[in-house]
Amino acid sequence: MLHRRALTAAISALGLLLSGSAALAQTGKVTVVTSFAKDVTDPIKRAFEKAVPGAILEVQNRNTNAGVKFLEETRANNQVDLFWASAPDAFEVLKGKKLLQTFTPRATGIPEKVGAYPINDRDGFYFGFAASGYGIMWNERYARANRLPEPREWQDLARPVFHDHVSIAAPSRSGTTHLTIEAILQGEGWDKGWRTIKDMAGNFRQVTERSFGVPEAVNSGQVGVGIVIDFFAFSAQASGFPVKFVYPSVSTIVPANVGIVANAPNRATAEAFVEFLLSPAGQEVLLEPSIRRLPVNPAVYAKAPADYPNPFTDPRLGRLMPFDADLSESRTAAVDTLFDQLISFQLDGLKAATKTLHEVDAALARKDNPAARRLAGEARDLIAAMPIDAAQASSAEIRAAFAGGKEKGARQAELEQQWAAFGRERYAQAKQKAEEALKLAR
Amino acid sequence: MRHASTGQVAAAALIAAFLFLFLVLPVATVMYVAFTEKGTGAFTLVNFADFFRTELFVRSLWNSVYVSAMSVVWASALALPLAVITTRFAFRGAALVQTLGFLPLIMPPFVGAVAMQLLFGRNGSVNLLLDDWLGFKIPFMEGLNGVIFVQSLHYFPFILINLSAALRNIDRAMEEAAQNLGSSGFRLFRRIVFPLAMPGYLAGASLVFVKVFDDLATPLLLNVKDMLAPQAYLRVTSIGIADPMGYVISVVLIVASVAAMWLSALATRGRDYATTQRGGGGLARRNLSRGENVLAWTAVALILLLVLSPHIGLLLLSVATIWSFAPLPDDYTLTHYARVFGESSVYIKNTLVYASLAGAIDVTIGTAIAYLVLRTNLIGRRWLDWTAMAALAIPGLVLGIGYLRCFYGVQLPGGQPLATLWIMIVLALAIRRLPYALRACHAALQQISVALEEAAENLGADKARTLRRIVVPLMAGGILAGFVTSFSTAAVELSATLMLVQSNSDAPLAYGLYVFMQSASGRGPGAALGVIAVLLVAACTLAAHLLAERNQRMKGDVS
Repeated sequence: MLHRRALTAAISALGLLLSGSAALAQTGKVTVVTSFAKDVTDPIKRAFEKAVPGAILEVQNRNTNAGVKFLEETRANNQVDLFWASAPDAFEVLKGKKLLQTFTPRATGIPEKVGAYPINDRDGFYFGFAASGYGIMWNERYARANRLPEPREWQDLARPVFHDHVSIAAPSRSGTTHLTIEAILQGEGWDKGWRTIKDMAGNFRQVTERSFGVPEAVNSGQVGVGIVIDFFAFSAQASGFPVKFVYPSVSTIVPANVGIVANAPNRATAEAFVEFLLSPAGQEVLLEPSIRRLPVNPAVYAKAPADYPNPFTDPRLGRLMPFDADLSESRTAAVDTLFDQLISFQLDGLKAATKTLHEVDAALARKDNPAARRLAGEARDLIAAMPIDAAQASSAEIRAAFAGGKEKGARQAELEQQWAAFGRERYAQAKQKAEEALKLAR
Repeated sequence: MRHASTGQVAAAALIAAFLFLFLVLPVATVMYVAFTEKGTGAFTLVNFADFFRTELFVRSLWNSVYVSAMSVVWASALALPLAVITTRFAFRGAALVQTLGFLPLIMPPFVGAVAMQLLFGRNGSVNLLLDDWLGFKIPFMEGLNGVIFVQSLHYFPFILINLSAALRNIDRAMEEAAQNLGSSGFRLFRRIVFPLAMPGYLAGASLVFVKVFDDLATPLLLNVKDMLAPQAYLRVTSIGIADPMGYVISVVLIVASVAAMWLSALATRGRDYATTQRGGGGLARRNLSRGENVLAWTAVALILLLVLSPHIGLLLLSVATIWSFAPLPDDYTLTHYARVFGESSVYIKNTLVYASLAGAIDVTIGTAIAYLVLRTNLIGRRWLDWTAMAALAIPGLVLGIGYLRCFYGVQLPGGQPLATLWIMIVLALAIRRLPYALRACHAALQQISVALEEAAENLGADKARTLRRIVVPLMAGGILAGFVTSFSTAAVELSATLMLVQSNSDAPLAYGLYVFMQSASGRGPGAALGVIAVLLVAACTLAAHLLAERNQRMKGDVS
């Protein structure tokens, strides 16, 4: 690709050299820490080394968390040039700890936003190179065997037929799941959003601790339906697994990113790699079946297969709601911990109450009973109740509890215990009410 | 017990220095957070109060204790018949059992989990068939019972290996004396043989208990989060949250593990397990009648089938095209092996080098510590033992971070950080697997009578010569058991390695496997690498056994 770039810039070849475009002049080894699988890194490595002769991409695979910790621990004697991963929040953490450096790529043709999300960091510390959207993935064989209908929207997953068939990664463990949860909370508001999430959660089969745990379980048919990032489903389809995928109308499109590490030993080649990823040639590699991510350069879609989703033209992906990144950041820890304490660690209680409510619904559908209907409503309110409201979630006290502020407020452990107890009690009460309702309705 | 010689003091000091530098110091640089207040960094114990005030943690603690204890029970039930059949009887399949029975310990990360789910999961082969034929499913892999099921299958070799080594070491004279006094059959086993093998059994059982207590991979694979080790892991590895509770839980894990070891040491304290006769091949092996032979083969086959099912699943997965919601794969192919063939050779070489170096370090230190603990009265010798055992409870990730913190700032001539050398991976593996070798060596030495060493010394041999010519050869079985466990488990370790691997050319098999297992199309190649890892370790184990048997026979001839 850099050849092509050089050709288009041929008229000012001299200028290019004078401006000290290190990207073309410098070559050599460049080390990247990444969470991406071999299937993603290998084709890009090949293409990059071909485009920039002499460059060698040294790939260090670590999961996102381990990668962030690694950069933190080795900053005094840094040997890494690039950090390359999906979750934007990991890059925010790195940026906050001054572990990234700014750069201004010269790549053209990449718009400001994909969906409602800015593609690049506004301060120039990291750059989106591929877009991904969250959605629902399901195993067709499993769905046929268990007579599951095709889901379309998040609310569908709350229906009784999906009970015990749905899987998700914990938002505290998966930056992209966190963004999905946050998108639902912003799209529907704090109270209604949590109600939707808990209605779905009542049907969860499991909350995994690895993002890839969800598609893995759906691929092998251990779980029917998973809430996953799109490329997991697309690459599974490309490998031949009997799975399908849909984007619900409330979702968020998020860029996967690359950034240059502060004090990178091979800065010039690192810059060349970023330029390559953002160039048309680099963007085209994303279309390969084993990768299947959405390029951020709209022009590249011309080379994509016919049914390839395009967030820049697809009306379904186009009308995604705006995303307030500042609001999201102000309550990241609170939202993740609420999810863990009220859902991940209380899943049995929540599921038991939800299951009984499903039975009440079935009984009411056969024969209505206003008293039972009222009790079931109360039970649903108990399940939906939250220990804190939206304002508290972003408040200074709660943030200090997680970040460790100087002022003496509640400690994180105390908050967690309170929230867990809140959830456990409400779920037990809800279960009781639901059982009363069931007796009346039968 | 005799007075410590200068050599012994020097050895103790050397081991202490090694443990301090590569275990205590790196871990302390990470774990001190448990004793500080968040935000200010001031010293506090409030985090521990919080631990016991939090319902989730207390529940997790009890769940962990329950699961570990039950796993010991089931692992014993699997190991006992195999150990007895192969050591007490002239059983033709003994070598087969000793090799295959050991494989479950070598379960490569990630792929092993996928294979287990595909076989025993809610929609695994077994349950799909059950549902088809009989209309019900068995929740093998659900909740705490699922954890117990998988852990017993995974870790029972600890008991099998150590118990078999101990049974082989029992003096035949003891058995004959009992028989002369009229004891036989089950009574002989219950009153004489098993009690004499107690050090080996306890070494294995305590390893199973502590290992299950500290294991995080299996509970997380089954999505059981209310156990201690997963709780610690989830907290230590969350991005950007500086929460002391993860380290508090780690401290609790270490204390509980050391306590369990101490309890098992109490159980054998004040008793003498040593016997003097050596080299005769241990217990008499009774011939089996035809019916007994059939019974023995049936029991062995059933147990092996059960404990090896994950490996059968792994093998299927490595030759499967698509395997999804079906009892068996859709179709079979060898392309996955072709795909990993080119790059696996460097992984194999690294794995062999790292794991055998780590195993060698482990048996050397393990033998030395066992000798110091059992044969000298050095002050603080038990601390060496406990410190080394504490390694069992330290999450690999914590050790990895500790190494980076301690050794990344140390520059080699040329500016390369010390932590990026591959030897650091070896040291991390050696520290992580030291407890296995240590327990095996300890149990072996417990069974050797001091009288043999005294005899050697009376004949003019000095301490070093006695150690070299008498103690170590007599401990050979235990040392081998220790080496094999350390070696093979080090060959599939990932958590500390993942932090320390700096480039693909330094990476072991487990890392290569991890890199594949993050994508849908990498599942087959990952499984193929897993099969290669298992075969590799199995071949090495078999070689070690053959070598040991030849040695034993040669010794037998001499005596």
